[in-house]
Order: sequence, then C-alpha cells, then structure tokens
Amino acid sequence: MTDLLLDQYQEIVGEDVINNLRQLAEPLRGAKVVHVNSTREGGGVAEILHRMIPLKKELGLEPSWEVIAGEGEFYQCTKYMHNTLQGNRSEIPQHLLKRYEETNEENAERLRGQLEEADFVFIHDPQPAPLLSLCSGRRGKWVWRCHIDVSRPYRPVWKYLRNFVEPYDASIWSLAEFAQPLHHPLYLIAPSIDPLSDKNIELSQKELKGVLKRSKLDPDRPIVVQVSRFDRFKDPVGVVQAFRLAKTFVPLQLVLAGGGATDDPEGEEVLAEVRAAAAGDSDIHVMLLPSDAHRTINGLQRISDIVVQKSTREGFGLTVTEAMWKGKPVIGGEVGGIRLQVHNHHTGFLVNTPEGAALRIRYLLTHRDKLEEMGRKARQFILENFLITRHVREYLTLMLAILRGTEERIELV
Amino acid sequence: MIDPFAVKDCALISIATGERAHNLRELRDRLETTRSGCIYHHFWGGLLRPSFDDPEYQNDFAVWAYHGLHDRFLAERLALIDPTEFVDMEELRRELIEIIEERLDENELVPWASAHQQFHFIRSQIIVFDTRIRISEPEALKEYIPLLTVGSIFYHFVDARRRTANRDDDFSQWLKGFGNSYKRLLEQIAALDPYFKSLTELRSQLSQIFEEYME
Repeated sequence: MTDLLLDQYQEIVGEDVINNLRQLAEPLRGAKVVHVNSTREGGGVAEILHRMIPLKKELGLEPSWEVIAGEGEFYQCTKYMHNTLQGNRSEIPQHLLKRYEETNEENAERLRGQLEEADFVFIHDPQPAPLLSLCSGRRGKWVWRCHIDVSRPYRPVWKYLRNFVEPYDASIWSLAEFAQPLHHPLYLIAPSIDPLSDKNIELSQKELKGVLKRSKLDPDRPIVVQVSRFDRFKDPVGVVQAFRLAKTFVPLQLVLAGGGATDDPEGEEVLAEVRAAAAGDSDIHVMLLPSDAHRTINGLQRISDIVVQKSTREGFGLTVTEAMWKGKPVIGGEVGGIRLQVHNHHTGFLVNTPEGAALRIRYLLTHRDKLEEMGRKARQFILENFLITRHVREYLTLMLAILRGTEERIELV
Repeated sequence: MIDPFAVKDCALISIATGERAHNLRELRDRLETTRSGCIYHHFWGGLLRPSFDDPEYQNDFAVWAYHGLHDRFLAERLALIDPTEFVDMEELRRELIEIIEERLDENELVPWASAHQQFHFIRSQIIVFDTRIRISEPEALKEYIPLLTVGSIFYHFVDARRRTANRDDDFSQWLKGFGNSYKRLLEQIAALDPYFKSLTELRSQLSQIFEEYME
C-alpha cells in the first residue's frame, strides 16, 4: 500500500507532523487494534473511526472496527445512559438494563475471538462497555474511551456502569473535568476532525451555490447555522429564541441542520419541538439530513457567517471544530469541550443564554472585521491542535505508554 | 573523543489524577501533596498539548486564578513565576504555596470557583524516541536546528533541564564537552529563557543564535 493518505495530510499539517507519526508507529508495527462502537454512521465517534482506521493501517498497524448490533430496547437503554450520565436524573427500567446486558452477551459471542486475540481493544462509550467482562481470555490491553460529559452523572447509573469500566487497563476522556475516578490511568485525549473528509474538505463555489439554492437561502442576508443532532442538550429551541432576539436588530436567516443517528431514538421528539418553535418564520430553516449528507453540512457551514453551538451539555463539540476549521467564529455554550476551542474575542464567544447568543450574533454581524479576524484565528487554532493527525499521535503515544505501565518517562530504544 | 549529539523526539500524554480543587485553600492543600509531575505539567505541559497559542497567562495555576477564582491579583502574581529560576520542582512547589498563602492571608473570604470551573490536577507521561539522527560537529547544528520538530525542541531544550546535573539544555551540555571553544555561543543559549515562548519561537531563536555564531 502506498502512503497516499499520509502524503495528503502532509500537505495540510507539514512534514514534521507526519514524520512524528511514523516514528511513534514504528514500535507498534503489526499490532492488532480493534475499535468497537455502536453505530457505523452518525455522530462524531463514527466519523473519527472512519478515517482513523485507514490512517493507522497506513502507519503499519493492523486496525479493525466492529459495530455492536442491537435493537430498539438496547438503544432505549443506552440513550437513557447517555442522558443520565450527562446529568439527567431518571432511573433506567430494569428490563432495559437486562436487554443491555443480553445484547452485549450476543455481541460478545460474535466478536470474542477477534477481541481476545487483539493487542489493543478500544471500546467506545457505554454501549459496548460490558464486552471486557465477557472476554475472559483476552490477552491485549483494553481501553474504555468515553466521549461524553460524565462530570456530574446521575450516580446510580454511573455506579452501574462503573462495574463494567473499572477493570479496563485505562480509560480515555476528552477533558479532565469529565473524568471519574477509577483505579486505572485516566488518559486525556481530545477528539479531532478530518480535514480530508467530505465533511471538511474544500468545496467549489459551484457546489456552495448549489447548497444555497437547495436550502432556499438568500445569499444577500447573513446566515447563522447550528449543525447538530436534534437533542435537548444541544438546545436547538434556545437557538431559535436567540435568532428571534437578534433578528430584531439585524436581517438574518437561521439554519438548524442535523442528521439522525441510529442509536438515538429521542431525535424525532426533539425535532417536533424545534419545528413548533420555528413555526411561522420562513427565515428559520429546519433540516433533517440523512446521515451521509456530509457535503451538505460542509456547505452549510461554509456559506454561514457565524456558526452557533449553544449546547447546555457537550462532550467535545466536533461541530465547533468543523466550523472553526472553515474559518468561522463560533458562538458556543460555555460547557464541555467548547470551552477548549472557543476563546472569547479570539475564536468566538462563550454564552450561557439565548440572550447572550443574540448579543454576540448582533456584535459579530455589525463588526465584520472582527468576524473575519476571529475566523482566521479559529482555523489556525484547529490546524495546530484538533486535526486527526494530532489525535492519531496521542493514540499511538497512549498505546506505547500503556505497554510500559505508569512510569513518567518512557524511553523507546 | 566526544560522542555525537543524538537527536531525540518526544510526545506527551496527559493523565487526569482525579485530584481537584474547588477553592484556593483546597488548591494550597493539594499542592502540598500532589506529585511533582503535576506541578511540572501545569507549568510546562501547555507547550505540547492542545492549547491556545496566545495565552493570557503561561501557567495553569494563574489561568485558574483568573478564570476560575476571578482573582486578578493572584493571577498576576502566579503568572510571574518563571519555573526555570527554581532548582527543582520542590522549590517551585514551595514558591507556589507561599504565594497562595500570602493571598489567603490578604483575604477574609476564601476565593472559590463554580462547580464547572474546578482546578483539575493533571500529570503527563513523556515518550522519548530516537530519531537515529547523529550530529558529530557543532557546526552542523546550524543546519539541523531549523529542521527539528517541536517535540525535539521540547525534549532537548525544556525537558533536558530536569535530566542534566546543571539544569542545562542538551545542546549546551554537549557543547561544553568541547572545552572553551564555544563559550560565547553557550552564553547566548543560556540567555534564552524557554518559559515565555512557544516551541516554534524557541526553535526560531535558537536557529538564529547558531546561524549568527557559525557564520
């Protein structure tokens, strides 16, 4: 296989970064690495894995990606978990927890051979977490990767899940404040975006005009966009409120675009709430996009003047990263990983209310020079910190570190 | 015969310790006991981890004093600490605690942070790997330094101060092996303070020093 993919990244991030990856990967050549998550399409995790797997392959590792199969009640249970781990207080019905464990047992039957043989297994999020307890013949290192904000979980649910994740060799968290104390090393790795993916690649003017036209947007009036799943933690209704407040001062159009994910049964309900909130205003465009509408999302972010991500809870906020990579300032909720990316007056603004978002929308649209300067800084910041090459480097570093225990200094010969 | 200079590179990975502080008194208490690697990470780790390149304050303690505790006085005092001036992490730890205690004495109330703004103690593991590049003549450093990765700069110019007896950088340590031949060059390198600069700035200033000297 040629190094074609690495060569393409090199054009964006420079030779140093790629050489660094090759050197870190050398001692791991041939290592069998399995990633397991719960959906092939939709959501940030799937997007990262889509590109991380071929990259690791090009670097000489033997990576693979498995998706656990489940049905309605399993996803209902994991949605409950997702919400309660992020702070909602509700009990998960026993029959759903039973289904959760059964589904993992079924998947373990299918995947056991591959997982037990692997040198490294990365289990993403709570959905497949019990797999470790079902693979007693495992020989490699197992790492639980938590992508969500578990800083203040509903305790009974965390206590239940902790039984499954405690025996892992290590866990990975996007931010220190998300990490729950466990008896293994709690590694901190922020996620990333892929600049070569359809979601982030440069688009031609012709394609952007097509997106404008298909979305029935007026190219002569400013456009504010929020891209995210229709999920209450993303506060889409709050964005509609912010839009209405800002629109009284500046002419404006709003796009709320989101895809559905196969593991999110609550999306339709939230979508209905958003449509009700937006009713009667033809400048609010609510778009439910298929999970593969990456170029459309890319185009919407590029044709926007400002991107909003007014989340009230957020794991990392990859849509923020995507928007910043496209040179857009972001008005984001002051939560989770958004705070790592949005720096007030430099790359955007952090806000806590619809009023705050409205104020900043108005400010940026009436200070175009600031808007453009922040957009430039935002892109540079992502280039240096949140592209997939940095993410792969940290995974490789972690794999090398975990083989050597918890020593502070590891010298590779 | 002096051994050639072995060019190495490194990568850092951060690990949450689970220790946290909600207020200034807790920060002081945690600082008493936390491992020295944490203090090192919160002063130097920012150079190699995702962070904004134009920070208001250079170390994480000062950033938290400003953003978490909203205490500008303390933030300014903590920001002025230059870790290169301390013999080791223990001396740096004592200085930190001293400044915090002084601030606690000045205030009747203990400054505290909201639940979302706690200080989280983080440490890091450093993975060092050999690039297989060897430099035999000091003059050749002029060509190599502009090509070094930021990881190499961190390892040889920042991390070295933890490893070498006189808290030297690796370049100086190696050049000293040639007797007094490079005395003036060593003085110029010693005058370069690594703390208030990004790694790319350090690389560029080091390159300039070598280039001008070797001309």
